[in-house]
Amino acid sequence: MVPTSYYVALSAILFTLGVAGVLTRRNAIIIFMSVELMLNSANLVFVAFARQFMELSGQVFVFFVMTVAAAEVAVGLALIVAIFRTKKSINVDEVNQLKG
Amino acid sequence: MNHRRLLFLLGPGLAAVGLLAFPAVSWAAPLTSEGGEASGAGLFGLVPLIVLFPVVGLLINLFWGKQLGEVRVGILASGAAGLSFLIAVLQLVALQGNDYHAVTVPLADWIVIGDLVVPWAFQVDTLSVTMMLVVTGVGALIHVYAIGYEHDDVRHNGDPERFARFFVYLNLFLAAMLILVTGNNYLMMFVGWEGVGLCSYLLIGFWFEKGAGGVGNARAGRKAFVVNRVGDWAMLMALFLIFWMFRSLTFDEVFGTVERIRLDATGQAMITAITLLLLAGATGKSAQIPLHVWLPDAMAGPTPVSAFIHAATMVTAGIYMITRSNPLFALAPVSQNAVALVGGATALLAATIAVGQFDIKRVLAYSTISQLGFMVAAVGLGGYVAGMFHLVTHAFFKALLFLSAGSVIQAIERGHMAHEAGHAHGGGHADPHRSGHEQAPGHPPSAIGHAPPAASHPPSFDPQDMRNMGGLWSRLPVTKWVYVAGALALAGIAPFAGFWSKDEILLDAFKHSPAVYGMLTVAAFFTAFYMGRQVLMVFWGRPRTDATRHASESPWVMTIPLIVLAALSLFGGWFNLPAIAGYTPPGAHAMTEWLGHTLGGRGEEAAPAGAAAPAEEGPGEAAEIKEGELNFLVAGVSTGLALLAFFMAYLLYSKRPETREDDDPLYEMFGPLFGLLQNKWYIDELYDFLILRPYHWLARFSAEVIDGQLWHDWFHDQVVAGLFNLFTRLLADGVDKGFVDPVISDFPADLSQGIAGVFRRMQTGYVRSYALAVFVGVVGVLGYFLIAK
Repeated sequence: MVPTSYYVALSAILFTLGVAGVLTRRNAIIIFMSVELMLNSANLVFVAFARQFMELSGQVFVFFVMTVAAAEVAVGLALIVAIFRTKKSINVDEVNQLKG
Repeated sequence: MNHRRLLFLLGPGLAAVGLLAFPAVSWAAPLTSEGGEASGAGLFGLVPLIVLFPVVGLLINLFWGKQLGEVRVGILASGAAGLSFLIAVLQLVALQGNDYHAVTVPLADWIVIGDLVVPWAFQVDTLSVTMMLVVTGVGALIHVYAIGYEHDDVRHNGDPERFARFFVYLNLFLAAMLILVTGNNYLMMFVGWEGVGLCSYLLIGFWFEKGAGGVGNARAGRKAFVVNRVGDWAMLMALFLIFWMFRSLTFDEVFGTVERIRLDATGQAMITAITLLLLAGATGKSAQIPLHVWLPDAMAGPTPVSAFIHAATMVTAGIYMITRSNPLFALAPVSQNAVALVGGATALLAATIAVGQFDIKRVLAYSTISQLGFMVAAVGLGGYVAGMFHLVTHAFFKALLFLSAGSVIQAIERGHMAHEAGHAHGGGHADPHRSGHEQAPGHPPSAIGHAPPAASHPPSFDPQDMRNMGGLWSRLPVTKWVYVAGALALAGIAPFAGFWSKDEILLDAFKHSPAVYGMLTVAAFFTAFYMGRQVLMVFWGRPRTDATRHASESPWVMTIPLIVLAALSLFGGWFNLPAIAGYTPPGAHAMTEWLGHTLGGRGEEAAPAGAAAPAEEGPGEAAEIKEGELNFLVAGVSTGLALLAFFMAYLLYSKRPETREDDDPLYEMFGPLFGLLQNKWYIDELYDFLILRPYHWLARFSAEVIDGQLWHDWFHDQVVAGLFNLFTRLLADGVDKGFVDPVISDFPADLSQGIAGVFRRMQTGYVRSYALAVFVGVVGVLGYFLIAK
């Protein structure tokens, strides 16, 4: 059986990738994808520990996270579409009208 | 137009409703009757109306006087006075029904502060009812007379709009005078005292824009007001002392306390101080030495005012006040002597001045001062009944004389108008040469050696100057008789009223104080002389001016009050006839008994300490008011002197002066002495020198040196402004610029600006950098927990 630490290490790598994507990319879609990557890395840790401790609540949490993430994606994509319609761009650096 | 008519109906209507409602209210008012008689209670309850009627009259005339027109205004004002007289008569009836016991009718509580309780309550006793009857009776007659007099007066002075105002003032005066005489405490009396002073001021200055230099009348009013203020100050001090000593200002309580307590030396001194201050108050209001100087100038007021306020009523307030305070004066022989001497001296001094006057009203004014002196001397000698008796008869004949003089003055003004109209082209209408009338009334006589220009119509024609008169006997058929009646009453010729009252005073003086008797007797001689002189200069001989030649009698509305007053002057003596040689005529001692109900019970009539107590008055009788007995020696001397004076006046004045430029015959005989009389013993000049000049100098010194140079220039500009500048410079340069600016404001500003500069750079606006910060923070917090735990 694959030890739990492997899953945690993979999850950490995925999370770091997600953080790097959010911090470095300008494209809103890609930032969004990176956020999803971070969420899923967290899911991976949840299921890994659920299996180790034979505890069902970790797997339940994962379903919650996936549900909330789906809702979040729906709202986020709608916002991105709206931004794109007004600015013809989804570069987040250009979305700065509220800056004083 | 419509609403004006509505007002016109509404005003009197409302007033009528008020008048009907008020008796019901006052009827129900609780009474504190000493006698406890039920029969008179209803009538006593009416007494507040005596003040209300004039007040309603003046309010209506004040608001609707101009719409009402002269006749209605006059009838309304006179009607108010007449109704007040009716109330006064009802009080007389009520007192008779109450066995002459005094009654207090409370109306309202005015001041309640600790010990001090001052009600507005009406004192109804024989003394106050006497005053009410005189004030309202003579007042009503003068109101009627004034309808006629003011009709001409407002036209001569060129402002018919002022007709209603005159009656407003007159009714106001009546109300104030009635408050004065009806109040049951010293403070209410003082309210009336000040009220009549105000009305006097207003009415003296009724033609405030006329008179010498356009300010003569205003000055006269001011003089009266200021001189009265001196007396009022003394009056106030007396009130304070009374309250301090007795803890009350109510007559009954004060006099009740006086009866109970035995005075120690301090109390004696207090009573003496109180009574002397009251005397000083009386010298102001009743024009006695040394405050008599305002009354002659007060003649600037229209003649009905001179008759009403400055002869018959207001100026007698001092005598009323002293009579009312008789229990206090009875305990202060020093003050009583002072009162008697002041009265006697004033009677003599004023009588001599009257001899030297040419203005018809000024002669009467000094005569009034002199007669007031008689009254004051009488009350000072303890002869309160004699004083009050003379007050009543004097109100009759002096009002009569003043009103007759007004009739003479207007007759001459009419003559002047008629004469000038005759000179105008073809006897045309209104004449432009009316400058002479602009001066009247109250044009003060010029200095000695007054020689009018020779022009036929000198611009300074004075209708009050007796040198302009003469020969009016045939021209004024009514006025001449009433004038002579008044003159005989004043001079004290039997059977006119003045004889009986003056004789009673002389008898009191004869018994108690030879000095006062001497002064009064000489004053009586001068009285007859100046009245003879006046009657002869006015009515005898030939007219000395064209105006006098064209003079004509006054209308009936003026002459009827004159006839009534003349009748009163003739028969007024019946109020208090003495026993003559043992025979007691019907109605004798009426006033003595009447006033005795108020005055007798308090043990007055004590002889002044300075005078030897008469032998016939035993100690048991001392508390009783004595009844007058005609003393043939005293009466004979005074009548003989009066007749002698008339005879001397006839010798001097029946033929002269022949023209208006002639000097007075006395001037030729006595020269400088007459000048002294004509210039009023130079008392005005003396006061000017002693009081006014130093006062003006002090005022100017205060204004220019103390206030201007010292206070303004030096203290304000140098000291205050200099110190202020110094201080502000210190504050600005040292504190503000040196400390506040750098430390309090600049340093925190720079500090926050620096910090903000650092933090501003972190606020990039890029989501990325914030996310990085959050990430770093999370890593930091997690790291901390991982490592620390």
